[in-house]
Amino acid sequence: MLRTALRNVFAHKARLFMTTLAVLLGVAFVAGTLVLTSTISEAFQRSAEDGLADVDVAVRPDDDGDAAEGTPGGAADLPQDLLDTVSGLPGVASVRGGVTGFAALADPDGDLVGDGWDTTGTNYYAGTDGSGTDTRYPMAEGRAPESAGEIAIDAETAERTGYAVGDTARLSVDGPVREETITGVFTTDDGAVAAGGSLVLFDTATAQELYTAPGEYTEFALTAEDGTSQESLRGAVEPLLPADAEAVTGEEAAQEQADSIEAATSGMRTALLGFAGISLFVGVFIIANTFTMLVSQRTRELALLRAVGASRRQVTRSVLAEAFAVGTVAGVAGFAAGVGIAAGLRGLMSATGVTVPDGPLVINGAAVAAPLLVGIVITVLAAWLPARRAARIPPVAAMNSVHAAPTTRGLVVRNTIGALFAAVGGVLVLAGIGADDSGLTMGLGAAVLVIGVFVLTPLLSRPVIALTTPLMRPFGISGKLARLNAVRNPRRTAATASALMIGLTLITGMTVIADSLSKGIDRMAAESMTSDYVVSMANFAPLAPEVGTALAEQPGVTAISGLRNAPVLIAGDPDVQNLTGVDGESIPELVSVDFTAGSFDGLSGANVVVDDGTAEDFGWALGDTFEVSYEDGASESLTVSGVYEGNQLISGIILDSATLDPHLDRPRDFQVMLSTEGGPSDAAKDRLESALGDNPAILVQDQDDISEDIAYVFTLMLTILYALLGMAVVVAVLGVINTLAMSVFERRQEIGMLRAIGLDRRSTKRMVRLESVTIALFGGVLGLSLGVFFGWAVGRMIGDAMPTYELVLPWGRMAVFLALAGIVGVLAALWPARRAARLNMLEAIKAD
Amino acid sequence: MSSYATASPATSTAPVAARAIDLSKVYGSGETQVVALDHVSVEFRQAEFTAIMGPSGSGKSTLMHCMAGLDSVSGGSARIGETEITGLKDKKLTQLRRDRIGFIFQAFNLLPTLNGLENITLPMDIAGRKPDKEWLDRVIATVGLSDRLKHRPAQLSGGQQQRVAVARALASRPDIIFGDEPTGNLDSRAGAEVLGFLRESVRELGQTVVMVTHDPVAASFSDRVVFLADGRIVDDMPDPTAETVLEHMKRYDAKGRTS
Repeated sequence: MLRTALRNVFAHKARLFMTTLAVLLGVAFVAGTLVLTSTISEAFQRSAEDGLADVDVAVRPDDDGDAAEGTPGGAADLPQDLLDTVSGLPGVASVRGGVTGFAALADPDGDLVGDGWDTTGTNYYAGTDGSGTDTRYPMAEGRAPESAGEIAIDAETAERTGYAVGDTARLSVDGPVREETITGVFTTDDGAVAAGGSLVLFDTATAQELYTAPGEYTEFALTAEDGTSQESLRGAVEPLLPADAEAVTGEEAAQEQADSIEAATSGMRTALLGFAGISLFVGVFIIANTFTMLVSQRTRELALLRAVGASRRQVTRSVLAEAFAVGTVAGVAGFAAGVGIAAGLRGLMSATGVTVPDGPLVINGAAVAAPLLVGIVITVLAAWLPARRAARIPPVAAMNSVHAAPTTRGLVVRNTIGALFAAVGGVLVLAGIGADDSGLTMGLGAAVLVIGVFVLTPLLSRPVIALTTPLMRPFGISGKLARLNAVRNPRRTAATASALMIGLTLITGMTVIADSLSKGIDRMAAESMTSDYVVSMANFAPLAPEVGTALAEQPGVTAISGLRNAPVLIAGDPDVQNLTGVDGESIPELVSVDFTAGSFDGLSGANVVVDDGTAEDFGWALGDTFEVSYEDGASESLTVSGVYEGNQLISGIILDSATLDPHLDRPRDFQVMLSTEGGPSDAAKDRLESALGDNPAILVQDQDDISEDIAYVFTLMLTILYALLGMAVVVAVLGVINTLAMSVFERRQEIGMLRAIGLDRRSTKRMVRLESVTIALFGGVLGLSLGVFFGWAVGRMIGDAMPTYELVLPWGRMAVFLALAGIVGVLAALWPARRAARLNMLEAIKAD
Repeated sequence: MSSYATASPATSTAPVAARAIDLSKVYGSGETQVVALDHVSVEFRQAEFTAIMGPSGSGKSTLMHCMAGLDSVSGGSARIGETEITGLKDKKLTQLRRDRIGFIFQAFNLLPTLNGLENITLPMDIAGRKPDKEWLDRVIATVGLSDRLKHRPAQLSGGQQQRVAVARALASRPDIIFGDEPTGNLDSRAGAEVLGFLRESVRELGQTVVMVTHDPVAASFSDRVVFLADGRIVDDMPDPTAETVLEHMKRYDAKGRTS
């Protein structure tokens, strides 16, 4: 029987090609994802290890540890005397003190290098006497920076920007623009640089001035003397450290980095595998459809096998063996294609600026086994039902010239089940809107509803496709025949349309949610921020105090307030809370919130306003007082002078900055809001920007800029989603091609007769094409409807938490999706329609 | 060879509906060459019911296919009325089949998705023409299908399906109807019914019918039988009966065996 199965594979290779391709695409996606993510994470890991190669013990602030009793806030920096003490320990070969922070470097055109996220500044550690060399950063050209006004940049950045030794570069750390002379270009193993970031070196004193305080470091890197283990060195260092610092061995640090890289890439892997799963799921429909058709085409052949003595089990096995062969071929080819995809994607990533450290493609066991397994298991599973159907063919069918076509028997059972699923799913989705664990309930409901609709598609096909009657009228008889053919085999039409439906449901749902969210956030920003401009760092790091001062001095500024945060502990609550300091006089003009009690009036001294959520949590009402303790250990009693309705942009405890500042180590704003005379204008904006020295790292945004920013984020997200979901659509196209090719083959006699009695080639082609478009549009309409429903349901859920949320139906985009579905239909019909038109009439008419 | 001047008196003077002149059809080339039609010349007159007979491989179906524009020819000429159809492009040929020729096949004559009436008017729908209501009613009445028009083919018996096929062939008033074993799949009673309608369409509606068959009884419904053997016309019999046809077949069969 195995031989029969294999022969069948070869006999029908053209027919199985599309099926194989469908499985192959999904498998290739899985393989590509696994290879790409393991390649990237391995490359990052290696570069992390390289970067930590000479570090035996690292001393750093303890972020997650308990802060000193009663004083909330970030850990202190590591002082010079600690470094000296540590250096004196036995077994310590050398200690390097590091000071690291954000540095925005402008290229010669004044634009920010990178996106503001990945440009780092650090110190060139020239030893305690300032004359040593820092082995991490060997200078390829020039010399290391030695004083303020001098910097060195990494070779990659130098190449990208075109800077050379001797050039002057503009740079900013937290606000003011600094003019620096480039004294050196260095090479480094630093992981961030390998990943495409920029690294700027200062001399240690300058770095300390910028990032910490004179004589303070953010990190020590210890090298052990020969014969001293990392572990024992760490044991020796640990007792010397203050409570808010910790020591870790180089191995531990490398492992931590590896783990965080793993965590970072695992998210991407999960997402990509999710999309691969969607296309494989779509593929299942196509495989099942193809095997069903192959079996029904081969009814007589299989019946003959039964008649000459093959058992049912043997027939089932022969079909499954065929599926196994197809799955294996698709798995192997998919794996090969996946490796190609991974290599191509890595190339694409570096081409678009996302540099991944160099390294070989990493193909581990999972990347080989998973695609093969997935390909085989999916194909065999999908062929299971058709195989069982094959076994049920009675031997007598070999004698009949005509075997009964698939009946509508069983559709009653199917429809009942489908209706049940759809109803339960729909109810769950609706219930999810108000439920506590809304996401879970709704997700489950969505899955059940989709399954229900799948099961119901054959039933839906007739009425929905009947709606196309008026659209088909202009196409005359071709249109009429196409419409009738489309509903001829509801199961097949349904399976074909479902493949397209899944992709469109997701695409539409995502679009509806993203557009609605984007609009909601936009509206929230517009309603709650009444200031003309918002000034912030490109990477949302704190701004230097000079920024606020410079802006306030500008003519035409009518109201200005910096926003600064201070961590505090509130009496009776163990968690660190955040106080937001503002200019109490100006703030009413800059933000607009609704007060349920009190107002912004008198926001000075010990008066605070809180959002309703926080007030409820603490049980505060207007006039209540509470105790807070600051970072510096001081305590103060504050009074609630207003309760407002918070939202995602404005919430928390707000008070006058003047109350806050005495307790802050370095008071810095994360944002400055301001209004100008005559409202926002290009001239006013230019004036503000030049007041800040045209600093590329500082954003001066008006309401429109903010809206654009919000829209950009969502557009970017949608574009990526569209690209990934496009895979599922491509697979669906293969399904439509397959179905049509089979239909044309099955109806060749009928088509031959039509050609004989006068249907010309053009009309024949049109007939097939219109059938294809009808099926595709059917899938499209179902997908759009489900997508809108899910979008609406998720929106209701979000809307509970976000009052400005409103459902936005992107009609234009939806029309495009539907048109795309139609185009999918036209494209899928190209080859089958050609086949139908080229059919040999005489061969076809001959009764077989 | 074309000594068929003895055709039935009623049609002998009628104009020619279709003719083949020196028609040849050769499949393959070299040693595997098969001559299906060997310089055949024949005329079919209007309002005449002709049966083409001959053993398997005699070329009878090929002759019909070539005359009906379904197959290309290797040499000679085939005409429908005065139109030369050899060398016509597919588009023109399709139009000619649609407007001037009717077809009845042995099987797969009807589209299962269309009902009886829709199947009958299919050629006109393809052409985008409105059917002649009066003529359509007459054709439907003649084949006795008035109460079956809304039925799908699957709900009709084999005989009824073939009657729908006959009505379809007649409905567009073609110059000539070609039938390829139209009763091959029917039992004798249903077959006789269909043949009866074909004969009636010739007698009463003035239709021209050419039918390929291997059944002497079917041939006996026609006005004239043309016998083919090895791609050539070997005889032309007017006013056949089942007996004379059978007699003729036996004679040729015997001859074929002895020669």
